[in-house]
Amino acid sequence: MAIDCLVLGAGQEVGKSCMVVSINGKRIMFDCGMHMGYTDSRRYPDFSLISKTGDFDNALTCVIVTHFHLDHIGALPYFTEVCGYKGPIYMTYPTKALAPLMLEDYRKNMDRRGEDEQFTSDHIAECMKKVIPVNLKQTVQVDKDLQIRAYYAGHVIGAAMFYAKVGDAAMVYTGDYNMTPDRHLGAAQIDRLQLDLLITESTYATTIRDSRYGREREFLKAVHNCVAAGGKVLIPTFALGRAQELCILLEDYWERMNLKVPIYFSAGLTIQANMYYKMLINWTSQKIKETYATHNAFDFKNVRNFDRSLINAPGPCVLFATPGMIVGGFSLEVFMQWAPSENNLVTLPGYCVAGTIGHKLMSGKPAKIDLDKDTQINVRCQIHQLSFSPHTDAKGIMDLVKFLSPKHAILVHGEKPKMATLKERIQSELGIQCYCPANNETVTIPSTHYVKADASGTFIRSCLNPNFKFSTCSSTDKSYLDSNKSKAVSRLSVSDDRATEGILVVEKGKKAKVIHQDEFLHRLGEKKHEIQFAYCFPMHMARTEDLSSTSHMLCSFDKCTLISRLSMILSDELSEGNILDLGEELQVESFRVSVCSSDNCPHRLSSSLQNGSESVFFCCHWSVADEKLAWKIISIMKNSTL
Amino acid sequence: MKFTCLSKGGGFHFPPCHMLSVSGFRILLDCPLDLSSLAIFSPVPIALEAHESLDTDSVVRKKQKIEKTLDANDLVFAEPWYKTVKSLHLWDASFIDVILISSPMGMLGLPFLTRTKDFSAKIYVTEAAARIGQLMMEDLVSMHMELRQFYGPEDSAFLQWMRWEGLEVLPSELKKIILGTDCEELGAWMPLYSAVDVKDCMRKVQTLKYAEEACYNGTLVIKAFSSGLEIGTCNWTINGPKRNIAYISSSIFVSTHAMDFNFLGLQGNDLIIFSDFSTLDTTENMENDNTYCDPVTSSNASDDLYNLEEIAASLLKDDESMEEMEKLAFICTCAFDSVRAGGSVLVPIDRLGIVLCLLEQMSLLLESSSLKVPIYIISSVAEELLAFTNIIPEWLCKQRQEKLFSGEPLFAHVKLIKERKIHVFPAVHSVQLLTNWQEPCVVFCPHWSLRLGPVVHLLRYWCSDPNSLLILESGDDANLALLPFKPMAMKVLQCSFLSGISLQKVQPLLKALQPKLLLTVSEGFEVQDPNFRSKHDYSLL
Repeated sequence: MAIDCLVLGAGQEVGKSCMVVSINGKRIMFDCGMHMGYTDSRRYPDFSLISKTGDFDNALTCVIVTHFHLDHIGALPYFTEVCGYKGPIYMTYPTKALAPLMLEDYRKNMDRRGEDEQFTSDHIAECMKKVIPVNLKQTVQVDKDLQIRAYYAGHVIGAAMFYAKVGDAAMVYTGDYNMTPDRHLGAAQIDRLQLDLLITESTYATTIRDSRYGREREFLKAVHNCVAAGGKVLIPTFALGRAQELCILLEDYWERMNLKVPIYFSAGLTIQANMYYKMLINWTSQKIKETYATHNAFDFKNVRNFDRSLINAPGPCVLFATPGMIVGGFSLEVFMQWAPSENNLVTLPGYCVAGTIGHKLMSGKPAKIDLDKDTQINVRCQIHQLSFSPHTDAKGIMDLVKFLSPKHAILVHGEKPKMATLKERIQSELGIQCYCPANNETVTIPSTHYVKADASGTFIRSCLNPNFKFSTCSSTDKSYLDSNKSKAVSRLSVSDDRATEGILVVEKGKKAKVIHQDEFLHRLGEKKHEIQFAYCFPMHMARTEDLSSTSHMLCSFDKCTLISRLSMILSDELSEGNILDLGEELQVESFRVSVCSSDNCPHRLSSSLQNGSESVFFCCHWSVADEKLAWKIISIMKNSTL
Repeated sequence: MKFTCLSKGGGFHFPPCHMLSVSGFRILLDCPLDLSSLAIFSPVPIALEAHESLDTDSVVRKKQKIEKTLDANDLVFAEPWYKTVKSLHLWDASFIDVILISSPMGMLGLPFLTRTKDFSAKIYVTEAAARIGQLMMEDLVSMHMELRQFYGPEDSAFLQWMRWEGLEVLPSELKKIILGTDCEELGAWMPLYSAVDVKDCMRKVQTLKYAEEACYNGTLVIKAFSSGLEIGTCNWTINGPKRNIAYISSSIFVSTHAMDFNFLGLQGNDLIIFSDFSTLDTTENMENDNTYCDPVTSSNASDDLYNLEEIAASLLKDDESMEEMEKLAFICTCAFDSVRAGGSVLVPIDRLGIVLCLLEQMSLLLESSSLKVPIYIISSVAEELLAFTNIIPEWLCKQRQEKLFSGEPLFAHVKLIKERKIHVFPAVHSVQLLTNWQEPCVVFCPHWSLRLGPVVHLLRYWCSDPNSLLILESGDDANLALLPFKPMAMKVLQCSFLSGISLQKVQPLLKALQPKLLLTVSEGFEVQDPNFRSKHDYSLL
């Protein structure tokens, strides 16, 4: 059987994560995201590739969403309400709680941009009703065969890596994850699992990051310098996650430095979001969790709600505004007002998808940004890029892949050239087959299928029998650790390779069973047949005196001499096998050779002796198991002279 | 496989305790404390009244009145000891491999085991039960401190009441509690563990989430499934190489607060240990044979699926939870009548879920009237417990989870505390309480045994007020519990709450689960003497 992975999004790019995996007959969609860089049909995954008829309920077993970021969940209401998928959807409790906020915030911004509405408020509510919340590590039986389990991913609150198992085939889809703990979240955690496939994000496929404390200091210094000079700080973020983390950081700093500059949350980024965070405190880091009874870390003291009239109010301030990456909405509105002054600062936390203004600001400092053909923004303000991001770095990805040691790995959610570098590393350093497919490509990998079999008593006993092999190795023994001087030692080595032979019997309606071959015959009520080969052929003989006259019957003494001569020849030429000289017969494993005295031997192919040379017939017998060995010996015999 | 019932327990606060040997591992199921036996002790006195000492005169005098009715002076006047499961101390704790805890109540005796030398068992508890259980133990220790301070650091090595001379003079009712019906339970009494023991115990606990797989020793896969009784309570499945076992503790199909009884998770196990004895406490006509083992007649396989859905639907019909809600409503109206008459209401109920629901309903009722009656919660752990209940949506019933998704607090008490309608204090003598105190009022406080905690002081204070109301959970012997506070003018409302699977739902449940074997302990089955244990053991091979 095989695992088929159809990449509907985030293949060699970041945005609209969506992956449909068929695993032992079950079809799971991991994430259902949207692309923030597009406003046309490219913004959603191409769902028609899942089912041409649009019958998604039968085409998919379930949908799993790893976290509430729009590039992972943005297309879900569209998929369920507009495309009509009605099957089960799984996400963690925080994701289910917070996703509607994100979607609603996005929908409102879309409205403001004058785009045609893809889904409504009701769609979001209806969609969320279909969601089955799961807890971390809870083993969920989706149906009789499919088992899924969430593991802490540490990327945002409620972010999870999902493990899925059908029969013996198992896989993990990481979603986005972070291997180092941050201000409010812990690091990703997963059990050592046996996996056929790991699908991992690779946002920072080649970056190695240093300690985050240095970067935090840098950020605080930049903000402090700006407000001290009377400037305004704009931090465009999405409603949840990064905003709360930076806010904890700023709160702490404000307290310590006794700053009075106001910190604002724009509408959408609400105090209401903090209500959710307070109830979901069990999903944050250990340090914050411990304080829930006395002071909830999400009770921010210095934070106030922002009003549009405050945009051009004098005096310094810090503003968290949605949406992130400055894709439009309020953050764009404020950016247009504040960007022309060099006193102001724009801090871009985390990743910006290509095509957004955030991305333009990050990739070099442009003096002017064309918004559309009529509008142009002069950018004179300072730009600070916050280099801490809740994604793991290259080291973290390598650590996770090494820890899980899957049979195959697929990279998604990254930039093509960097992914190729990481893919090479995974293949060369870890020896794991790795792929980074593009969108709408399918990767097929083999899956595991175990058959559980009982073993019969006789078979088990036969396993216990030693299988000694004696061989003389006369060549120089390299395995001697201390033998620098290559010494030709001839010694007997004993090996005990217990290759046990048995027969796997699968009867209809019964459990598979491994039995010993003797039992098998008994069970079938048949007799054992053995295939024996026989061959009689002449061998050249040197003319010697002691063989007095030709065409005489060879006496038994002569036979013994011949056999012992043959034995010498063979022991010189033959490397394997144990040559036994039994007087009138020579035996190597099942191969036996003796001098043939009958003129009408049935195994003789050419009856006449060759002219001009003295020959003697040898008759050989062997069983099918030693066929190779037999022909080797025969060729040695034919090419040599007694 | 070998199964030994150590104790059938008694009610919600004292769950059953069993020992199970499977695949060569010894598994202890729950480790509770019998706190109802605290009733033999006298509560902490108001002032140092001259209490008669056990000199010879009084012994004689007491002997004379043995046959008379019990009065408050008969109670044991000493620092209380605690009664553990009667034959557990006869087992070597170091031989236990695994301990499975099904409820916070089932872990109260745990520190006695974990502090023994060579204890090495792996303890599995659900995250929520562990936290609540820890708080309950800490509260117990802190309430006990009060009594300890009163009696002083007495040399407890040889207790008067435990000596034969002491025991002889005790009234037969108390003697029965101390010694058990067969005079073999004296060894089960222990002085309470310390706060350090509790901390140490919690360090050895491995917490799980519902349906999380724990693999013990690479052999047993252990999983907890919600039982619906309380927040964090669970049933267990143990999957071994030869046998799949489900252990069913007291369970409630539809809960008003905790996550519902997940009986579908227990499907596919060939052996079920049925340990919900809640109905045994109330019904009497049970078979009298010692063990009851009856392979459930398997119906035709064809109609299974249809049946299962039907059965599941009938099991989940929430007539029981409706009944429970009505009970709570009735309690609230009784309380309301009392406060309206100028009396106060004392609620020493220690069932977290019931308390949380009562808080919501009671404040709703008070709000709808013009009465300004404060609600006080007095307990050393109340603040933390209340905060905790609001951060565990994953452990609650569907309706509560919906509150998370709509961004409201899980329980109303958060809002009520903020609005200063509910006040939380750590102790009766805390300064804030004294400055805030206002009567009439409604007070929730521990402990239901009426021997420990703030309830003792408040009950003494109100017991002569005919307008006040005491709301008690009906137990075995409310008479004995109320003895030290008699004569009482205060009204007493005794109520029983649903604490397990009702009898008529057992049969359909088993039909849904389709076990090959069912193992349960019925009325009259007692392990009498550990030396003859094998007689009562249930062995299956």
